[in-house]
Amino acid sequence: MSAAPLDDKTLGELREIAARYPEARSGLLPMLHLVQSVQGRITPEGVEACAAILDISPAEVNGVATFYTMYKKHGVGDYHVGVCTNTLCAVMGGDEIFSRLKQHLDIGNDEVAAQRQGDSRTVSLEHIECNAACDYAPVVMVNWEFMDNQTPESAVQVVEALRAGHDVSSTRGPKLCTWREAERVLAGFPDGRVDEGPTAGEASLAGLRIARERGWTAPDPAATPAVEAAQKAEGTDG
Amino acid sequence: MADTLTPVLTDTWDAEQGWKLATYAARGGYAALDTAFAMSPDDVITAVKDSGLRGRGGAGFPTGMKWSFIPQDNPKPKYLVVNADESEPGTCKDIPLMMGNPHVLVEGVIISSYAIRANKAFIYIRGEVVQVIRRVQAAVAEAYAAGHLGKDIHGSGYDLDVVVHAGAGAYICGEETALLEGLEGRRGQPRLRPPFPAVAGLYASPTVINNVESIASVPAIVQNGAAWFASMGTEKSKGHGIFSLSGHVQKPGQYEAPLGITLRELLDLAGGIREGHQLKFWTPGGSSTPLLTAEHLDVPLDFEGVGGVGSMLGTRALQLFDETVCVVRAVLRWTEFYKHESCGKCTPCREGTWWLVQALTRLENGEGTEADLDQLLDQCDNILGRSFCALGDGATSPVSSSIQHFRDEYLAHLEHGGCPFDPAKSTAWAGQEVTA
Ligand SMILES: Cc1cc2nc3c(=O)[nH]c(=O)nc-3n(C[C@H](O)[C@H](O)[C@H](O)COP(=O)(O)O)c2cc1C
Ligand code: SF4
Ligand code: FES
Repeated sequence: MSAAPLDDKTLGELREIAARYPEARSGLLPMLHLVQSVQGRITPEGVEACAAILDISPAEVNGVATFYTMYKKHGVGDYHVGVCTNTLCAVMGGDEIFSRLKQHLDIGNDEVAAQRQGDSRTVSLEHIECNAACDYAPVVMVNWEFMDNQTPESAVQVVEALRAGHDVSSTRGPKLCTWREAERVLAGFPDGRVDEGPTAGEASLAGLRIARERGWTAPDPAATPAVEAAQKAEGTDG
Repeated sequence: MADTLTPVLTDTWDAEQGWKLATYAARGGYAALDTAFAMSPDDVITAVKDSGLRGRGGAGFPTGMKWSFIPQDNPKPKYLVVNADESEPGTCKDIPLMMGNPHVLVEGVIISSYAIRANKAFIYIRGEVVQVIRRVQAAVAEAYAAGHLGKDIHGSGYDLDVVVHAGAGAYICGEETALLEGLEGRRGQPRLRPPFPAVAGLYASPTVINNVESIASVPAIVQNGAAWFASMGTEKSKGHGIFSLSGHVQKPGQYEAPLGITLRELLDLAGGIREGHQLKFWTPGGSSTPLLTAEHLDVPLDFEGVGGVGSMLGTRALQLFDETVCVVRAVLRWTEFYKHESCGKCTPCREGTWWLVQALTRLENGEGTEADLDQLLDQCDNILGRSFCALGDGATSPVSSSIQHFRDEYLAHLEHGGCPFDPAKSTAWAGQEVTA
């Protein structure tokens, strides 16, 4: 995939990120996300641009870029599919989903599937660690949006819909954007998709639904000696 | 006695557009801010101390005490950093919290920053959750527009700026000093302590680092009073906490309850272990907390109770596994995770996790002898307490606890010449193919 050059707009945005922080170097992680959103991966050009803006060496930037797993030296697909194979998800079926997708896409871990004739979009595949959604296991992430409670069949359907260029929505979030678009959000440039998707998924609500049914609530503040505590706090004022 | 479940942070998750300022404000959101501004910063710290709130990120350090360690005579700027890296396997509470109710975190950030006299705060969110990052970004933007952030907030004379920072994939960046390295644009490798972050943290300035849920608990403490918070929970583990049930349970999900609830009570609410199966082993607080078994159903899930049976409350990440699951397979997978995530800074963890994976792989394949089990335990001894940070210690928890509780199962692999379990029986769809 060709990398668009870093134009003035992007260089300006890289500087803008650095300026959010008391010390410019703090911007490096989001800056690298922005490089990925423009160039599809961490390019030597992107590394040099970050180094120049932050006044550090390209080797230092490279050292950071290679430390974090979200930075890709080799490109990924328009849709990067991550299958959680940490223990809980693996046991619940993540291992089976991952092997089915490898077979279906005919690729190994961290590879991009071939774009077949008629495919309008590409997908890549990776196994990932726990993505903090274990109550929705087995979990698949597409461009870091949740695809909860997957099966091997549903995962194959998702990748086929994506390759065909159909709209696919996260089970707990927005209509999926491309990997590059998602990387731009991570760089701190919102894309207006925030209001899509629910407040919470069903599993997140499991306890709350029971509490509502049974009339359980946190204690009534008026019924606890909150007043005393406030007075005590006032008493120590000084 | 408080109710069995006490929704506070989860209470707005069933609201339409719960992430919007309007929704939060309609339920009294941002009122605690004025209550706090009417108090001196020290009084806010005292209230949090009196509440008994202990860190919700795993270690359970008293939050108010942590804040009081910030040297106020230090002329450098003070910083608040929210740890929203949530990557400990099994832990899945901060992500839905930020997705559904980001404003309670933002309000908590403002009050906590005011208390420690910080004018700049950072929310460090793991990068792999884009919609959550959008929600927090938007909440911060809405809070600025409404005058809850920026200059002279609510006419109090207090200024605060908040930066939402996306990480880039590294479990170790949940460790607070590695997180600071990441936030300074470096490789996420832990720092030597002392100096502690309270003295020399971000940019070598006094810094408080707290978990999302800890900070989000602050507005209700300030608004309802320390005694209200302390009326929930147990003697040394006060308040409400989100318990995350996952795995072979009928209704996995988030259950917000007073600390001290038991797994038996939680399972009762969650409909029990999946139909026709029994609980075999579970983690009380993520994969770094030693495994427990069905013997421990009545242990109070508070810091002391879980500590008393040789494990840790951790992040209340209850991963439940039934009798179809091979404990060796589970432990090997976690160990591969620790090996992958070891930052490489110290030898016991870097080499030790590599060695553990080799030994466990051999055992899982039915190779080796019983002596290998003792060698595994020896190796754990070489890592535990000798590693530079708690990642290395955590890596030994599943290994040593599984050998303690399930030695026979390791031996069965040797006798069987491989794994005696069928992984297909553990999946979410197991048994469904037959009828489909
Ligand atoms: C390897 C490792 C990973 C950690 N990950 C997290 C995390 O994702 N979130 C978190 O709040 N604390 C995490 N911690 C704990 C933090 O170091 C720190 O104790 C915590 O953020 C303090 O906040 P609290 O006092 O509010 O709990 C981790 C610790 C270690 C050793
Ligand atoms: S214990 Fe592991 S993660 Fe922690 S500093 Fe040592 S090598 Fe790094
Ligand atoms: S183990 Fe897969 S999301 Fe936690």
